[in-house]
Amino acid sequence: MLKQTPLHEMHVKQHALMVDFAGWEMPLHYGSQIEEHHAVRNDAGMFDVSHMGVVDVQGDWAYDFLRYLLANDVGKLKSPGRALYTCMLNEKGGVIDDLIVYFIAPTHYRLVVNAATTEKDVRWMQQHAEEYQAKGYELEINLRQDTVIMAVQGPKAIEKISQAFPQFKTMLNSLKPFRFAVVPIDASDFPTNLAAPFSIKEGDFQFIIIARTGYTGEDGVEIIMQKEWSVLMWTTLLKAEISPIGLGARDTLRLEAGLNLYGQDMDENVTPLESNLSWTVAFTPPDRDFIGKTALMADQKQGIGQQLVGLVLLDKGVLRHDQSIFAKDEFLGKITSGSFSPTLKQSIGLARIRVQPMSSMPPIERCEVEIRNRRLEAKIVQPPFVRRKKL
Amino acid sequence: MNKMPRELKYTQTHEWVRFEEDGSLVVGITEHAQAQLGELVFVDLPDIGIRVHASDEVCVVESVKAASDVYSPVSGKIIEINEDLAESPSLVNSDPYHDGWLFRIDPDDTEELNELLDDQAYSEYLEEDED
Repeated sequence: MLKQTPLHEMHVKQHALMVDFAGWEMPLHYGSQIEEHHAVRNDAGMFDVSHMGVVDVQGDWAYDFLRYLLANDVGKLKSPGRALYTCMLNEKGGVIDDLIVYFIAPTHYRLVVNAATTEKDVRWMQQHAEEYQAKGYELEINLRQDTVIMAVQGPKAIEKISQAFPQFKTMLNSLKPFRFAVVPIDASDFPTNLAAPFSIKEGDFQFIIIARTGYTGEDGVEIIMQKEWSVLMWTTLLKAEISPIGLGARDTLRLEAGLNLYGQDMDENVTPLESNLSWTVAFTPPDRDFIGKTALMADQKQGIGQQLVGLVLLDKGVLRHDQSIFAKDEFLGKITSGSFSPTLKQSIGLARIRVQPMSSMPPIERCEVEIRNRRLEAKIVQPPFVRRKKL
Repeated sequence: MNKMPRELKYTQTHEWVRFEEDGSLVVGITEHAQAQLGELVFVDLPDIGIRVHASDEVCVVESVKAASDVYSPVSGKIIEINEDLAESPSLVNSDPYHDGWLFRIDPDDTEELNELLDDQAYSEYLEEDED
């Protein structure tokens, strides 16, 4: 039995093609994946991403615990209202998951993790939390079951949300990337003609998190709210002409933006250094220990063997996961993610290839991808493939 | 599934076959197949002149999410391909039974044609498949 999000009925109403995604019944598209992709690049779209795990880490020891648990340093979060992208590693430096951590209060951090890895992540966190709890340190790990996450993305996302909620306009416009606001919301914040038929009554009141984060390469926000408010929120934003977008377009959008997909571009067998994510590993301050640090430092000293790069297919065809890459008949590595880029109208991909020895200068810029026993020419590039349009 | 032309024959792998006056066959994929695949972004057509066997993979249609093989319904020689698909693979989605045709084949053996399904049999096959 697949799990459903509180917005399930809304997707069905919008004629979504529902598919199994990591045990969740989720919308793949609402008719046209390619049109949805363009809607996010050129206008505004919204995604139900409630299948992702919301894990609260609370207590006096939350900060110390997370500094040890995560490869990026929550110490960089100077005040509540800031968020950080990070990997959670095993002892070998392999990536258990990638996630965003939100600093809500000194004793309250919130982690948003991938759907497919939620259970594994929580077990890992609890296992390490036990060491703290055994000493009598106050620390709680709590997987939330009552939240909905909506991502609203695109060059017009902020403008359209501001039309629906004029009271948030100033806040939204001043919210910088990777910052968030905890906003009180009640029935009167919604248009009155909408509030009536929903489960929200006058006087009901909630805090929602509005964060300037996303997974599309576009401007926009992610909104975390209690599930009771989600249908009303979804309906309000639909009225503001924000298109519903399925997970199909989410994948092509993130790939164009050069953002890794966990389980495909990285997993427990590779490190962030081999996944184009060195920038997310905080080796300073040197006195901070974190899980996987020793292994990563040893790797760095030895030299990294492989790297994640971008590929643009120059011939006609489509790059796909697991296709092999060659340079002059020498095997270089494999594609981790490949698809058709609706924006560029050609195929793009991420690939993990052998790091070129310093002697092989100039570095390899062209390679061949084996597709159905044929070799097609591709260009090696540094992602992202598509950059946000300057407005 | 509402529009399944009566004059065509079908395969269990969701190709359709149109009999032409000159004895050749035109092949494409069905409405059901295109709907399952989603929007096509690339069609990898066979080379003209190659010989294929019935059930050989002769062509690959790629949607945003995946690549799928198209099988030859019969043995024979590929004599024409739909060149328009190079620029407009989405013709297969918008008009699978006409402008979205894939290739033309000159069949070796007319016996094989008896194995193909008529619209009724294909329709029943789809219903069984859904159960």
